[in-house]
Amino acid sequence: MSPMQLTLIALAGLYLVLRFVYPRRSDVAAVYARYLCLSLAAFLVLCPFLWLICAAFKDKDVLMQHTFLPPLSEWSIETLNLANFRALFSGEQTVQGTVYFWEYVVNTLFLSCTTTSVNLFFASLGGYTLAKYEFRGRKAIMAFMVGSMMFPAMLFLAPVYRLIYNFGWMDSYLALIVPGACSVFGMFLFRQAMISVPNSLLESARMDGAGEFNIYMKIAMPLVRPMTGAFCLITFLGSWNNFIGPQIFLQTQGKLPLSVILNQYIGVYSQEYGIFLAGTLLAIIPPAILFFALQKEFVAGMTSGAVKG
Amino acid sequence: MTGKPQGRRDGAYPAMTPWLFLLPYLLLTAVFFLYPFANSVWLAFHQTNGPQSAVFVGWSNFAFVLADPDFHKALINTTIYTVVSIFVQLPLSLGLALLLNSGASRMRNAFRLIIFSPHLVGQIFVGILFAVVFTPRYGLFNQGLEALIGWGLEERWLANPTLVMPALIIVSLWMYVGFNMIYFLAALQSVDKALIEAAGIDGANPWQLFRNVILPQIKPVAVFVVVMSTIGSYQLFELPYSLLQGFGPNNSGLTLVGYLYTTAFDSGDLGTGAAIGWLLALIIFAISTLQIRMTKAMES
Repeated sequence: MSPMQLTLIALAGLYLVLRFVYPRRSDVAAVYARYLCLSLAAFLVLCPFLWLICAAFKDKDVLMQHTFLPPLSEWSIETLNLANFRALFSGEQTVQGTVYFWEYVVNTLFLSCTTTSVNLFFASLGGYTLAKYEFRGRKAIMAFMVGSMMFPAMLFLAPVYRLIYNFGWMDSYLALIVPGACSVFGMFLFRQAMISVPNSLLESARMDGAGEFNIYMKIAMPLVRPMTGAFCLITFLGSWNNFIGPQIFLQTQGKLPLSVILNQYIGVYSQEYGIFLAGTLLAIIPPAILFFALQKEFVAGMTSGAVKG
Repeated sequence: MTGKPQGRRDGAYPAMTPWLFLLPYLLLTAVFFLYPFANSVWLAFHQTNGPQSAVFVGWSNFAFVLADPDFHKALINTTIYTVVSIFVQLPLSLGLALLLNSGASRMRNAFRLIIFSPHLVGQIFVGILFAVVFTPRYGLFNQGLEALIGWGLEERWLANPTLVMPALIIVSLWMYVGFNMIYFLAALQSVDKALIEAAGIDGANPWQLFRNVILPQIKPVAVFVVVMSTIGSYQLFELPYSLLQGFGPNNSGLTLVGYLYTTAFDSGDLGTGAAIGWLLALIIFAISTLQIRMTKAMES
């Protein structure tokens, strides 16, 4: 019997003990069983993350020896150190000269931030217009938007590739930023949030002589701040984790984002996987920080369409 | 009514304003949706070699794809993956959501956050991480399985054609159970509490409570989640592509989008790529329409 099997049997046995000790109060054992299941699920989810963190800091000599960390008695600069990170950041020779890992980090940050800001502006402006202006054709545009969301994005892969090629945007960030610069999903998200902005507020601003753009920017936008947070996070994550776009459109090594480069590293460092695991750890930290800062808004934004609509 | 002009007293706005504000969307849609849409129809009937040359070939792109054993393999793999997603992953998500929904709210947030967290990591990074987690002898999964049931330490999950799909499904469970749980939990939290209390007073057991009180109320969200996971599952690509560093031995991890990708970009055949895109769109339409029809039929 392995220690893990014994632990599981003991945990299950405790349930029976609780049933026996509190025969009239079945809820005690039920609460225990519920938290046991949830804790097991949480443990299974966290395990690969913990393993990733441990692997990133283990020296390559002990990488294979222990599942997680070596026992405390063996902790030293020889077993746990930053060698993986040092190797990662030391730069690599490519046909276009030396490229450093921090350049990939900067590329990814730049792409994600640009995509997010452009999308935030266009999608919120569009959502505001659909929520707050009455004009002929509004219903038709919204019906068209719903219809357009039904086509899988992969259908457009081949024709958009031709288009980008003919525009001369190959190997340019324009190919990654411009085609998705106004997300239909985002326009619906903002439309739903903007509907609750009181019309009287907008009308009184008009009577005071405010321009239409200023009304959107200075009055409507500050009122939908939670949705702004949710949308920015969703867009940022989507862009940060985007792989197929940069994989198809970018060619120069120094322009690549983390997703493409780390996928290449599996082949490059197949014998020293501590190095690309260190890179993977770095690649998931920025989204994680943003998520923990904005998690309430994120869940609200993610589920708003499903539950209310 | 004297004094300097103070804007528009009737609260009216210039008729052009809405169109001006929608201009970015309309332009982008015309160039990057409508034109590629028409172009994908045109492309599907042309033989291409790279982005520039094209010769009309009628239906032969479709005929080629439909007869290609790789397409059959991709269709079978993707369908297996989708069926497992719906019948294994979603019940697990719902089960966890039910467990969470009845707990204390502070614990609920912590568990929700933890169980959801894999979804923050993009498919490509999850694939990279699990490519190492499945290493024979040294990988976390192999060692965990050995400790749990005493089997599997030396199993080559990503090199053995029969184990590639199970490995892919295990990773997707890790990644998506928490994601779908969020939807179920949001739905459960909007279930009418008074009805649950009434059922409790009437002596309903937990299964009756779930079947007759909770399930009807979360049904719209459940249908939404089923349709969304079908659409998402049929477009699976990045996870197997990085996990298997390609499509696995004997194409055992080839998905429909993987087949599209390799045809259009590795072989440079954009015309056949567009034809595969249309077949994919048709499959997704057919299945999601069927799912929605079936739920409507079950209601009446």
